[in-house]
This record gives sequence, C-alpha cells and structure tokens, in this order.
Amino acid sequence: MKKIIFKFILLPALLLAGFPAQAALRVFSCEPEWASLAEELGGDKLDIFSATHAQQDVHYIQARPSLIARLRRADLMICTGADLEIGWLPVLLRQAANPTVQPGLPGFFEASAFAKLLEVPDSVDRAQGDVHPFGNPHIQLDPRNIAKIAAALALRLQSLDPDNADFYRQRYADFDRRWQEKTKQWTERAKPLAGMGLIVYHRSWVYLVDWLSLREVGALEPKPGIPPSAGHLASILQRIESQDVALTVRSVYQSSRATEWIARRSDVPAVVLPHTVGATAGADDLFGLFDSLVDILLEHRR
Amino acid sequence: MNNNASMVFSRRISRPGSGLFFQFCLLLTAVCLLNGAASAQAVSGNRFNPAISLILDGQFSAYSNRAEDFEISGFLIDDEAGPIAEGFSLDESELAISANIDDQYYGFVDVAFVQEADGETAVEMEEAYFQTLNLPSGLTLKGGKFFSSIGYHNVFHSHTWHFADAPLAYQAMLGTTFADTGVQLRWLAPLDRFLELGVEIFQGDSFPAANDNGSPGAFSVFAKTGGDVGISHSWKAGLSYLDYEARKRDGGEALADLMFAGDGEVFIADFVWKWAENGNPRSRNFIIQGEYLHLGEDGQVDFFNGVANESGPYDLDQSGFYIQGIYQFKPRWRVGLRFDRLSSSNQLPALSVVTPLSDDDRNPRRLTAMVDFSNSEFSRLRLQLAIDDSSADNDTQVLLQYVMSIGAHGAHQF
Repeated sequence: MKKIIFKFILLPALLLAGFPAQAALRVFSCEPEWASLAEELGGDKLDIFSATHAQQDVHYIQARPSLIARLRRADLMICTGADLEIGWLPVLLRQAANPTVQPGLPGFFEASAFAKLLEVPDSVDRAQGDVHPFGNPHIQLDPRNIAKIAAALALRLQSLDPDNADFYRQRYADFDRRWQEKTKQWTERAKPLAGMGLIVYHRSWVYLVDWLSLREVGALEPKPGIPPSAGHLASILQRIESQDVALTVRSVYQSSRATEWIARRSDVPAVVLPHTVGATAGADDLFGLFDSLVDILLEHRR
Repeated sequence: MNNNASMVFSRRISRPGSGLFFQFCLLLTAVCLLNGAASAQAVSGNRFNPAISLILDGQFSAYSNRAEDFEISGFLIDDEAGPIAEGFSLDESELAISANIDDQYYGFVDVAFVQEADGETAVEMEEAYFQTLNLPSGLTLKGGKFFSSIGYHNVFHSHTWHFADAPLAYQAMLGTTFADTGVQLRWLAPLDRFLELGVEIFQGDSFPAANDNGSPGAFSVFAKTGGDVGISHSWKAGLSYLDYEARKRDGGEALADLMFAGDGEVFIADFVWKWAENGNPRSRNFIIQGEYLHLGEDGQVDFFNGVANESGPYDLDQSGFYIQGIYQFKPRWRVGLRFDRLSSSNQLPALSVVTPLSDDDRNPRRLTAMVDFSNSEFSRLRLQLAIDDSSADNDTQVLLQYVMSIGAHGAHQF
C-alpha cells in the first residue's frame, strides 16, 4: 500500500515540485526569427511557441487547430505584421478567443511597427501580384531592424511581466551589446560584397540587399506569388548575360527547379540562403543566421 | 468647441485693426477650419473602411438530364439544393464586408446576388452576424444570421469549396448549407490540444427546420478536436447534433400542397486530414475529407389533393456520406475525386401524390472528378465531371467554373 501511495501520489508530486518554476509568460510567435529573439530576451521566463518553421512559406499558412489551441492561452503574440500573415492571423485571432492578444493591446507585438519598411507602394493593384500595401514585410534580414525590434520587445516584456523586469532589462542589455558588436563585424566583413548582383526567387531579400548594398538584378517570380514561367526565366537569362550576376538565391521552402534551370544555362550558381532561424545548418539562432548569410555570400563573391 | 475657440481668437486680434483685417482673419480661420475638417474626414472615412471582398462565381454547365427534373431518390430536397442551372450562369456573386466594430465586437456581412432560373437576380443575406472578441475563459458569442458550425463542410462559403457543388448528403439533408438566424456560444478548452465545444439556438427557418411561430425552433451542439502529426500532417474531427422542429414545411415548389409537421434530428460525424510536404502546402498537398450524416424525422404529413385533405403519420430515416480527396500535385494545379452515397427508409401514409420519398429502396450515388488551376490565391478555374446516380435517371454532368475574388485577402481557414 505504501508503495502504491509513493508511486501514484508522492512521486508525481515530487516530480512536479522538482520542475523549474513555471514560465512567466506564454509567447506565441508567428515566425521562428521572433521566437529566437524572444528566447534571447526572455530565456526560461518565457514558454515560447513558434507557429511556423523555416520550411514553410509564411504567406500560405492555414489557421490549423493546433495553432488555435496554442494561441488560446498565449500572453504575448509576436508577429511580423505588415500583412505578411494576412491570410491566417485574423482567422486565428477570431477563433482563439483570447482577449489579451488582440491588435492594439500590449499582448500583441507587431515587429514591423518598429522597423522602417522598404518598398511601400504608392498604389496597389493585384495585377502586380501579391503585393503588400504596407511595404515589403521581410524585415528580419537586416540586423539593424532586429536591434530596433529587440529594444521594443524588451520593453514590452518588462511591462507585461513587471516582476521579472530587471531580468529582462539585463538580458536585453547583454543581447544588445553582443548584437551591436556582431553587427559591426558582419558589416565590416561584408564590405567587399557591395554591388554584388543577385537574382532572387521571391522578392524577400530587399532588406539584406539594402543593408549590404547588394544589387537585386531580377526575380524569378514574374510577379510576387506567381511561380516562375519559362518565358520569364528566359528573359532572366538574357539579363544575366548583360549584367554582372554572382548568384541566384532562394529560400529553403522554394522549389529548386527554377534556380537550377538558370544554373545549368549560365555560370551563375544557385544557392539556398537562410531567410530565418532554422533554415540552414548554421542558422541555429539569430547570430548564426547572419553569420551564415555573410559566410555564404562571401564564399560566392567574384 | 474648436470652432468657438478660433472665432474668439480671430476677434481678439481683429479688435485693434480695420474691418478689412477682421474679414481677412475670419476668412483665414474659415479656410483653415475647412481644410482641417476635410483632411480629418478623408482619414476617418478611408482608414476605417471595412475589409471588402467581392467574389465572382460563374460557370458553363451541361447535363444529360434536365436540371429542373433533378431529384434524389428517397429524399425531398429543398429548392436551394440541386444542380446549378444549365448553360452559362452566374451562381452566386458574393459581397463580403467585415471589420472590428469596436474593442468588443467583430462584424461580418455576406450578401449573395443569385441569378435565378427565370433570369431575375435575387439578393440573399448569406450571413450577417457579430462576434465577441474579448469574452473571458475562451468563450465566443456570435449572434445574427450565420452558417451553423455543425459538420465540417457547413461553415464554408461556396467559393471555397473543393468542388463546384456541395456533397450530396448536404444537399439532401441540409438544403446545401444549414444557415439560420440565432446565437452561438463556443468554448475553446485551455489545452494545447484543440478542443472546441459549442451550442447554437436558431429560429429554425432553414431547411430541414421550418417555423411558423415566434419561438426558436432549432438547436445544435457540436464538439471539435484536431492537431498536428509531425510537421507534415494535420487533422480535425468533429461530432455534431442538430435538433429541429418542422412546422408546416412544404414539399418545395413542385409539391407546395404537401405539408410536413414533425420533429427531427441530424447527427454528423466529420473528419479531415491534410498533408503538406514539410508543412508547406504551397508546392504539394493532399486533403482527405469525409462526413457521415444521419437524419431522423417523424410527425404528421398533410396533402391537399384539390378536393380533400389526406393525412397520416410519417417517419423519415435517412443517411449518407461522402469522401473526397484533393491533391495539389504542383503549384497552382489540383485534382480531386469525390464519392457520395445516400440511403433512406421512409414510412409514409398512402397519398395520391408520388414523391421521391417513397423511392427509398435505391441508394443514390455520385462520383465526381475535378481539376482546377489557380493562377494566384485570388483566381481559380475548374473543370468538373460527375456521374450522378441520384435518381433512376442516370445523369452525366460537366461543369466549367470560375471563381475570382476582388478586394480584401481571403482567410486561410482549416
């Protein structure tokens, strides 16, 4: 009998007591880069869930039951915003019945609100493809944006969880110091990349291009969201002949067929660049993401 | 308030000066005020515009049988159900408008412009409801006219269907979609596994319910769960129960003198499984979806034969299922196959009118195949072929359909 009591009552109780203190905030992140940033700033005070991973195109996510369930109890939702998640975020918010993470409230953190968006169109027309009226939403590929967003997120964590405000402040100070240092290193190392010509698959690299003064020569998608066509690829080949292009670049979730088609018909190699944390072997966290971005680009410099 | 303040201001300056100066100041203030008002209006007028989307949905269809002769053996279907008109036709052009009303409520309206067989255009309120945004404890309240959350297929608007028409079981037992006026309360369990429970109370004006008095005539309960398996698979399953009163439901346009008065219930079990390579549905994905529906209804049936009233007790026992698979084999291209099957066992009094209800020893079946192409998320072209064995007269159906959406981005519902 004693044995049974120990096994079924005491042991579970001991195990529960032995667990580290429960996380203070449940964080629902729309993209892996913000989950990684939250991890940097909040450590084990946060229970972080990433709604998407690097293998997925975040434009085309469905409001799956698992996402609804996870959002239900979230204290903080971190998303890129700027309509990147327009197809699924509004549905999730309406189905998750969670009043604390609705837009406009402290529980809803929209990263793009803290970065300067590039390519804000003067007018929008779907004949231009799946354009974003608020500007290009792929803001995570400029470390200067990450720095600004980190500062804002750190303040948000402090206000949502005042008991641990000092902890978050400290984590942020430490992160920011390391981030500024690394940003300086990346920028320095990447100096020779200025002017390097890229053909991109989807126009999701504009912040990287802007930061490192690269040159985007063309996109394999004729219009954003429309898959490459044979005719368009032929026109890209012509462009490669007349302009200096070092690389064609795609994200890991995009088909390799178009980039390889180009590679076979020209001397321009096809490369997968990490677009977020977890996309390639080196990009295990935000630091690794930019390390490998700079490494891969330097490797193909010419 | 603002206006008074500036008037006072302009008078004060003008006091020492001439009349001309006074007039100039007034003019200046008026211009400033007008400008201010105009720009404020431009901002508030446009920025608060709700999300608006317009769906263009039309087709060319050809059937080996006449569409108006369509019937399903063993079932008396609603006028809303049945095949789309033959030849060129607009099915439903939908105008959907939605926005957050304030910090507490969200509002949604969907109006359908339906081209009827006689060429007239009818306006139908598909949905018009509000929904709460910040009830505590995972609760959401919805009120107005809306698509009931029973089953899986029922909540979807026709332009998001994987086939041009609804499953046969939905056409036969729920008039294509069960949409009615009422309230819904949903509860989402505080678990990492999705579990949602809900109740609905309806006025009961939508087929198979029928209401001739002021009190609610239908209610439903539903439970849904779902989740992911690995990174490539996700699923959802549900059980639903609808209880309704049929008070003076007629037999449709062709059988308007036939009147049913009874009580019924519909039970639905639904299941959907989705596969997407690495969780990324963009390039390749597969959906398998199936539902089983059972309807039981009994009461009194009346028929006025032109001279006298015939009546007696009736008892309907109907069921059906569909199973369908949709495979996107490359970006933008999908193929789909659907199998429908129904069966029924109905007891009716001897009437001097023949209805499909008495033809209950046949088991209606239909096999549908489709291929569709979506240039972008906003357009879709579809070719659909069906062999429809709903009635003794086997029907072959060919449809060429377009579905286009203008305006606000559609929702990626699971």
